[in-house]
Amino acid sequence: MDSFIVISLIKEVVVFGVLLTTLAYLQWVERKVIAHIQVRPGPYRVGPHGLLQPVADIIKLLTKEDLVPPYVNKPLYLLAPFLAMTMALLSISVIPFGPQIQVAGYQTYMQLTDLNIGVLFVLAVSSMGVYGIALAGWSSNNKYALLGGLRSSAQMISYELPMSLAIAAPLLISNTLSLRGLVEKQAGGIWNWNVLHGPFPQIVSFIIFLIAAFAETNRIPFDLPEAENELVAGFHTEYSSMKFASFFMSEYANMITVSCMATLLFLGGWVAPWPAEYGSSYVPAAIFLLAGLVALYHGFHPARRRDGYTLPVFGVLFLIAAAVFLLPMVQSWLIPLFWFCAKTGGILFGFMWIRGTLPRFRYDQLMGFTWKFLFPVAMLNLLVTGFLVALRS
Amino acid sequence: MGDPVNPEQTAVAEEEKPQTGSRRMVLNMGPQHPSTHGVLRLLLELDGETIMKCEPQLGYLHTGIEKEFEVKNYQQAVTLTDRVDYLAPLSNNLGYCLAVEKLLSLEIPPKAQWVRVMLTELTRLNSHLVGLGTHALDIGAMSVFLYCFREREDILRIFEMFSGQRMMTSYFRIGGLALEPPRGWQERVKKFIDTFPSRVDEYENLLTNNRIWMGRTQGVGRISLDDMLDLGVTGPMLRAAGLKIDARKDEPYSSYEKFDFEVPVRTENDVFARYLVRIEEMRQSAKIVRQAMDGMPEGPWKADDQHVVLPDREKMKTQMEALIYHFKIVTEGFRVPAGEVYQVIESPRGELGFYAVSDGTARPFRVHMRTPSFGNLQATSVMVEGTLIADVIAAIGSMDFVLGDTDR
Repeated sequence: MDSFIVISLIKEVVVFGVLLTTLAYLQWVERKVIAHIQVRPGPYRVGPHGLLQPVADIIKLLTKEDLVPPYVNKPLYLLAPFLAMTMALLSISVIPFGPQIQVAGYQTYMQLTDLNIGVLFVLAVSSMGVYGIALAGWSSNNKYALLGGLRSSAQMISYELPMSLAIAAPLLISNTLSLRGLVEKQAGGIWNWNVLHGPFPQIVSFIIFLIAAFAETNRIPFDLPEAENELVAGFHTEYSSMKFASFFMSEYANMITVSCMATLLFLGGWVAPWPAEYGSSYVPAAIFLLAGLVALYHGFHPARRRDGYTLPVFGVLFLIAAAVFLLPMVQSWLIPLFWFCAKTGGILFGFMWIRGTLPRFRYDQLMGFTWKFLFPVAMLNLLVTGFLVALRS
Repeated sequence: MGDPVNPEQTAVAEEEKPQTGSRRMVLNMGPQHPSTHGVLRLLLELDGETIMKCEPQLGYLHTGIEKEFEVKNYQQAVTLTDRVDYLAPLSNNLGYCLAVEKLLSLEIPPKAQWVRVMLTELTRLNSHLVGLGTHALDIGAMSVFLYCFREREDILRIFEMFSGQRMMTSYFRIGGLALEPPRGWQERVKKFIDTFPSRVDEYENLLTNNRIWMGRTQGVGRISLDDMLDLGVTGPMLRAAGLKIDARKDEPYSSYEKFDFEVPVRTENDVFARYLVRIEEMRQSAKIVRQAMDGMPEGPWKADDQHVVLPDREKMKTQMEALIYHFKIVTEGFRVPAGEVYQVIESPRGELGFYAVSDGTARPFRVHMRTPSFGNLQATSVMVEGTLIADVIAAIGSMDFVLGDTDR
């Protein structure tokens, strides 16, 4: 019992430490990705390649004046960012990152807690997150914020329906609500992942899930609640300093959560695309080796003066990482973790890519899209899946 | 456009009124708002997100430039015209110079005219690029904005090469150009104009067939052609409504009749049609720039009139007469025969008119500008009433106005 508490505490510290660092650096990655889509270098001044930019941003946000306008509804105004942030961070606690591992003689899962209703828990918590935004919009007593809050409530509630229907289909196939159980059902290889797995490949519900995820996380093309060019800053117009930052971080935390969910539900979680006996365990090492060589090459042929100092260091780090992936004692947990992060990262990259490409929907078009298109398609998909699953059993 | 109204008071008055139906909210959009392109203020009366009434309020960027013309001499006043429509400085320079040159009955040598055509067309590209970029940014397509500014940077560098300035160029002067065209300008312009059409294709790839873009722009911002003519709307907005009107073709100035180009016309009369018209205008302008560059005549770049045009530096130092003229022009300017003139040019935004009155002295008695932005902005209320907030953004983006051009 004591060891359970100690292990849980250690896992909490590790998971939340990693999560908060990822949140800060995800923003750096996003700025870099968008910048390169838009033919500009992005953050480049603070640290090598702007790597210390997140630190600078945090210091800036912490030291900004924390202004509470006199006309707000104070209790709700103060509650809203906490609510948004807490709900966004909470769902990470049921996400499994890898299989059972052995650390210092203790067997444990790479997961904070394995709820047998993990999927429902994530859905419930993400629905609660809407309150943060709706309350922020209403309590700010500002017209732009109010419109943003209204839009957001309507949008999130509408998109939750197709999202839940899209989630229900793979659940029918796997016949479990535990996120760990879901992944274990998809073990074996890419043909066992729910997105391709028979009796009915869930490609449609995967796409619907992703679209609804964009809407749930208020990302372009569904970023109406904070549509900067219409509603100034939408629901967080009146928030400053860390209160603003908590909305910002909750958006990124939600992005991570939905990407993790998509990975677990459809892409087989930490399962490698093909079994280890055909060499899938060498892929991570190969990728890092390639990255290291590319970095070294560009470090010795620098395009910018500073690259000559920074890129060789990155290159060596990548090569060390490649070597670590070949060590047998860490392979058992590092390689599943790699696949999980790679899949989640790929989806996150998709989020950023879309942001650099598409314009924004109009409010009525957005609602029409979900009710007239996404909802019926998700329903149909669920029906067909249900029939096929029933026939098979 | 009416007295400024305190929005808080309006809101309170609105609430106090006994109302039977749903209550309306008054939203004060601007003057500090990311998408009102400067300091336009729109008073919107909302029912939910639907706009019941829209009242644009101008005057937040009033500079008094028209009045300032009266205390500058004719040549000095060229620099004022840059500041009016700061996205199309050379078009304004050209309109003003042509008006004064008409009063002076001054003959401009062909080389100066062709350089003027080339640079005003580059100005049109510059203005359309900013217009398209900010319009797309307002609708959420962030990358198009930065792509447009990449090309704009090249244009601004060309301007800098010619005049030493990026924005407030003042390169056209009464009697010709301010400076001789710099060495090597052909290569710079050629390099730009060779890549530019493919860059326009890039914008079109991102936007023209994009379903979201079409959904946001098609059928939005409609206003009947008669209403537009009544309100004084000009330029691409009229051409997107099917009226083929372009001062470059209708009343050619500065040798525009010698250039081969089309005036694009669409009939859909919505935000999407205006976007397509501007895209096609960019292609046509690039064509004109190429023609002007290839067929650039040789010869002097300023008029041969020593009363108006400054003498060459060399002559000034060797000839007594030239020195005297230089002194006279610099200290008191040149006298312009009494009379009045109205000169129209096609600026990127529409019909730009300069009405200049001279009383025979060295300073204008009055210069009035008929600026296209002011006329175009009048259409706002008609366009957006009954639509959604998001449509206001699309509609005012498609008008492509510059507030400096509206309040001069």
